[in-house]
Amino acid sequence: MLKLPIYLDHNATTPCDPRVVEAMVPYFTNAFGNAASRNHPFGWQAEEAVDIAREQVAKLIGADPKEIIFTSGATEGDNLAIKGVYEMYASKGNHIITCNIEHKAVLDTCRHLEKEGAEITYLNVKPNGLIDLAQLEAAIKPSTILIAIMYANNEIGTVMPIPEISAIARTHGVLVFTDGVQAVGKIPVDVKNDGIDLMAFTAHKMYGPKGVGALYVRRKNPRVKVTAQIDGGGHERGMRSGTLNVPGIVGFGKACEICMQEMEADAKRIGLLRDKLENALLKIEESYLNGDKESRLPHVSNISFKYVEGEGLMMGFNKNIALSSGSACTSASLEPSYVLKALGLGDDLAHSSLRFGLGRFTTEEQIDYTIEQVTNTVNKLREMSPLWEMFKEGIDINTIEWAHH
Amino acid sequence: MAYSEKVIDHYQHPKNVGTLDKSKNNVGTGLVGAPECGDVMRLQIEVDEATGVIRDAKFKTFGCGSAIASSSLATEWLKGKSVEDAVKIDNMTIVEELNLPPVKIHCSVLAEDAIKAAINDYRKKNGLEELQFEESAIH
Repeated sequence: MLKLPIYLDHNATTPCDPRVVEAMVPYFTNAFGNAASRNHPFGWQAEEAVDIAREQVAKLIGADPKEIIFTSGATEGDNLAIKGVYEMYASKGNHIITCNIEHKAVLDTCRHLEKEGAEITYLNVKPNGLIDLAQLEAAIKPSTILIAIMYANNEIGTVMPIPEISAIARTHGVLVFTDGVQAVGKIPVDVKNDGIDLMAFTAHKMYGPKGVGALYVRRKNPRVKVTAQIDGGGHERGMRSGTLNVPGIVGFGKACEICMQEMEADAKRIGLLRDKLENALLKIEESYLNGDKESRLPHVSNISFKYVEGEGLMMGFNKNIALSSGSACTSASLEPSYVLKALGLGDDLAHSSLRFGLGRFTTEEQIDYTIEQVTNTVNKLREMSPLWEMFKEGIDINTIEWAHH
Repeated sequence: MAYSEKVIDHYQHPKNVGTLDKSKNNVGTGLVGAPECGDVMRLQIEVDEATGVIRDAKFKTFGCGSAIASSSLATEWLKGKSVEDAVKIDNMTIVEELNLPPVKIHCSVLAEDAIKAAINDYRKKNGLEELQFEESAIH
């Protein structure tokens, strides 16, 4: 029996794996100690649990445990990395290069720094959602201290050429930060091979709990430092004060361990389901895939269904299928997704997009149901769409003078 | 955000979806909104020339559930009304009927605009002066 509703919004968050929850439970009750309490068994027990988790987290990304700074999540990690580098390397320069499809946690942090005197270059991505390496290199100048490019995009799932980016950065002596939220635990990420200097990621996108994440900060070749953004007891080698969220960290570690063991098989299975879904939906007339088809996460597909509006489309099945739309009809601005617009999509196509995010517990039955529901709703709404009628009559909607609001 | 029962009902069972023959003199067509804004409404009225009563009304809408519901409701209200009375339909009555939240008020504004545009198209075709409307406050 198909159980409804179906969750296909794994880029927003993932359920906790039951094995993760099981690992966490003792640290709420019996083993509740403060990992910073150095003088009694309760503290020792907590510290030991954190040490194990730190190793599990480090191992997943090919880092040394000492290079892992626990945070409250990726937004904090993004802030700490970018603001921390900006402050720490102020004497070297004030220029940061990023791109226009980064997560808001990166973009808004950059905007904040602009007010404080930073110079930020926002690279435009190519229509496939990837950055142009020549353009990146051309943007580097003597004052450049940091390149901040995401590993994989949250809306379209495209995977940036991080090893190539860091190779360029290296020759210019520039640090590389990457927001690894969508990639870590889904595809192999190795900070050494990829040449990453700093990377933020979070537990809740990889079947761990919410409210805990990590910032990887390289310790060798070069040794990277960040200025703390939260002051206090000097936890996490002085880079992030605050009592450690021990149960959360234990869960994060377990989640990383499971990803380490199962990521490859998961990616293969989920990738096949994603392809089945995508191939079926792209058979619908006037439907388009957004973002590069090849350099992409295995569990994401972002498709525009021209001449129907995304939110209206979701309403057809959102009691039974949870997913996201690039339409922002409910937001105050009424602006569609800035990521899709950055690809050069017209607002109409951006409004017409759906993001499918599959996960570890997605089944083929769920995908079959989704194909049927989405197809039916697209057809139904097109019968109701004046734009579809015009398209069918051969009228180019771009030639119509629309009254803009 | 949850939709009201009435919005869901109009979305699932839209009333008067379709197209009237816009070449006919007694058919007025209003096309408002823009694809870039995520909302386009086309609302049509067919007027009984002897009585001045709206005999039929049809819509097609590209937009969210609230936009579809607003235009579906508008066509229901238009049918059987005189053109004179139809002009008086106010967006806030649509908001109240459908329990639209503040963020969706623009959908009702669009429906009101579509009604007025359809009426003016009808008037224009029949040699009548187009009515002047004040810009709606909320767009």
